Amino acid sequence: MNRYPLWKNLLVLIVLLVAGLYALPNLYGDDPAVQISAGRTATVDLALADKAEKALKAAGIDYKGAQLEDDKLLIRLTSADNQLKAKDVLSKALVGDYIIALNLASTTPHWLASLGAEPMNLGLDLRGGVHFLMQVDMDAAVKQSLDTYGSDIRLSLRDEKIRYKQIKVEGQKLILVLRNTEDRDKAESLILKNFNDLQVSVSGDDANPELVMSMSEKSIRETKQLALQQNITTLRNRINELGVAEPTVQQQGDDRIVVQLPGVQDTAQAKKILGATATLEFRLVDTEHDVKDAVNGRIPPNSELYYSRDGRPYLLDKRVMLTGEHVINAASTLDPQSGTPAVSVTLDGKGARAFSNVTRDNIGNPMAVVFIESKMETKEIDGELVSVRRQVPEIINVATIRDQLSKKFQITGLDSTTEARDLSLLLRAGALAAPIEIVEERTVGPSMGQQNIEQGFESVIIGFVLVLVFMLVWYRVFGLFANVALAANLIFIVALLSLLQATLTLPGIAGIVLTVGMAVDANVLIYERIREELRNGNSPQASISAGYDKAFSTIADANITTLIAAIVLFGFGTGAIKGFAVTLSLGIITSMFTAIMGTRALVNLFYGRKNKPKLSI
Amino acid sequence: MQFFNKQTHIKFMSKRWLAIAFSSTLLIVSIGSLITQGLTFGIDFTGGTMIELGYQEPANLEKIRSSLQNGGYPEAVVQNFGSIHDVLVRLPIVETKNMAEISNNVVSLLQVDSGSPIDVRRVEFVGPQVGDDLTEQGGLAVLYALIGILIYVAFRFEYRFAIASVAALVHDVIITLGFFSITHVEFDLTVLAAVLAIIGYSLNDTIVVFDRVREGFLKIRKATAEEVLDTSLNETLSRTLMTSFTTLLVVFALFILGGEVIHSFAEALLLGIMIGTYSSIYVASSAVLFMGVSKEDLLPPVKESDQEIGEDGSQV
Repeated sequence: MNRYPLWKNLLVLIVLLVAGLYALPNLYGDDPAVQISAGRTATVDLALADKAEKALKAAGIDYKGAQLEDDKLLIRLTSADNQLKAKDVLSKALVGDYIIALNLASTTPHWLASLGAEPMNLGLDLRGGVHFLMQVDMDAAVKQSLDTYGSDIRLSLRDEKIRYKQIKVEGQKLILVLRNTEDRDKAESLILKNFNDLQVSVSGDDANPELVMSMSEKSIRETKQLALQQNITTLRNRINELGVAEPTVQQQGDDRIVVQLPGVQDTAQAKKILGATATLEFRLVDTEHDVKDAVNGRIPPNSELYYSRDGRPYLLDKRVMLTGEHVINAASTLDPQSGTPAVSVTLDGKGARAFSNVTRDNIGNPMAVVFIESKMETKEIDGELVSVRRQVPEIINVATIRDQLSKKFQITGLDSTTEARDLSLLLRAGALAAPIEIVEERTVGPSMGQQNIEQGFESVIIGFVLVLVFMLVWYRVFGLFANVALAANLIFIVALLSLLQATLTLPGIAGIVLTVGMAVDANVLIYERIREELRNGNSPQASISAGYDKAFSTIADANITTLIAAIVLFGFGTGAIKGFAVTLSLGIITSMFTAIMGTRALVNLFYGRKNKPKLSI
Repeated sequence: MQFFNKQTHIKFMSKRWLAIAFSSTLLIVSIGSLITQGLTFGIDFTGGTMIELGYQEPANLEKIRSSLQNGGYPEAVVQNFGSIHDVLVRLPIVETKNMAEISNNVVSLLQVDSGSPIDVRRVEFVGPQVGDDLTEQGGLAVLYALIGILIYVAFRFEYRFAIASVAALVHDVIITLGFFSITHVEFDLTVLAAVLAIIGYSLNDTIVVFDRVREGFLKIRKATAEEVLDTSLNETLSRTLMTSFTTLLVVFALFILGGEVIHSFAEALLLGIMIGTYSSIYVASSAVLFMGVSKEDLLPPVKESDQEIGEDGSQV
């Protein structure tokens, strides 16, 4: 007789119920929503929710409700049309450091959500959005770090009154040229004492004794790690400024960062803001020398030649009064005197002190604001295409210092309000620790995303129905059992994906489709065995039992090898392929349960109690 | 319904020379094509930019080509994609241009010429560094999968079965790649995923057959290895065809309905499943026969018999 003990039947039932529960949220749709989160200087609280609701009511926009969760205010709206209007209204009404972004809010009922049941995430290829892979220029990070060591060493040499000829960075090395060997020995012991991260070696001749310093492996590693972390933080800040709901910023490998922006349409703007390695420098204009001479090639030693954006040359003092890193806030505004776009800048204490000292001594002199952008270009070097970074400095503004400037001042002379907004955003979001470059972009438009979802689901359903019909025709009642198991398998996959909060992508759907085709394999193996046993003249009950027993090891072997391939796929790692690997492996694992235990429970229930049943197989 | 009412008795192995000739031809043609013309790699591996645009009116390809030519992109390749409204623009990695911004520049260039707004359906840009990495990782992935499987099968069965099954897999992979080489269908990341899935699938088939072969060797007395293989293949034939059929059904659904993005993925799978089914019957089994597996090799492992296998192995 073939009977499952009660606990086995219950186990199958309970597992199925739990899976159904966790798969359920995916059946509920989404509400268009506006999500408000706080920037650095603001908080999201009930008062804000109240204010937002009042603003929406005043504008006559229908909304379903507002809820506060994890420092975010989520306002659900009745239509996508209202969603856009609401964003506009809220952007105007809520003054302060808020990030207002469009989002979709799941309509999963509260009782389900409280069990931790949430719908699975949809990948960018299904909901539309941008995926960027950015490479951090680690050589530049190391060089910057050497530059810092250089200026620190310069200071301590000065303190110790050790005279030197030159200090420079060459490749990954810092070179200090001294006047005589005696100074060199003094400098060496000073550096060894104060900068124990540096490895120092002696070179040069007696006339030009040199110290060659390089960073230790460990500190290079730390520098790179720090540069990466800092860049991730900066990118997060910049993305917050862009107003994207649920962005992803993650490290990938040693020197790459993945940025995913769901729902972003304007990729040009996103690239400009994310990739910009713009820094700002404030410098005094050299009024003592003639610009014309400089243009003709005679540049004074303490000055540098720069051009403004309309092409006018200026001679600027080599010393930088202030850099962008001391900016703590910047906002686009209109210059009250001329009415042209401007950026109002707030400095930190250190920056304000330095700035106020220099401007006090230079009242009446002109000062230039230099905007330095690094641009990427592809060049062929030794037959290989490589990316080369080029610094493009540009004077955006020259103004006479009328007053001693300190904590707050304005940059004027900008072309448009857009430019003012972008500049303020870059100043506010901070500089990158090392330059980055976009090395991969994958953008999917919203219409394409919608189409991918529809086509994906269509192929799952058609494939599923074809297999159902085929199994039913071929194995009749046993085919029906296999079909029930197959449906349960789909529920399991969806439940597991939701529980793991995995992201469903188009290749992921392809993995599900493939699983549907392959999952019945276990049943085919079992049923063919049962038929064989019946042909050999065994009793129906014995055939069922033998069929399941004998097929088991084959099923296990076959599935484990497929699983090996799927795991390698997962390790291979690129996003899209990972999705395929995840659904394929989950499908294989769950199918072992549904196709073996699930169908056996049904078979036992249906035929198990009869003495000599006629098997419909 | 059943394929065969009674157990079939097809003498598969007697026709193995025919199969060997067939496989050899396919392999030679595939390898020849792979060597002479290689694969048409997609931008995932070569780097470059791909832009899919949707026009509201039927797209005028000539006009698009000329405006890209005049706009400084003479290297752009423009073609219809799916329908007359959809256009695919491809650009290779070009010197002295900021690659990451090319897609935006191209779109705004074409937008100027178009009366109605163009829908940017998809943009993919892969820099040269990433392409190189992916090519390397992809090759390694296939290699790792094969090694992992080799180890597992050797552990579960016997080393000659492992070699035979991996030989069948290599056979399947080479022929699938050869097909992509001959037809010039673009080889992108999804196709690589399909190749790995084929490895898994084809092996699945082979394992089922080998399982029976092992059982057959232990059960059937007084039979030659060839007879045992034939019997086992006949016993699993119905299952082999059934599973291939259901899997082909769903992959066919993907092929027809899945859309352009996974079209070549489905194409690779369709081909791979058919080749895999064939190879598990003929290639893997013939290989086992050639390596001279006998009943003694499959007796439950005792330390002594392990040594015997080792000695046998050195003779083969």
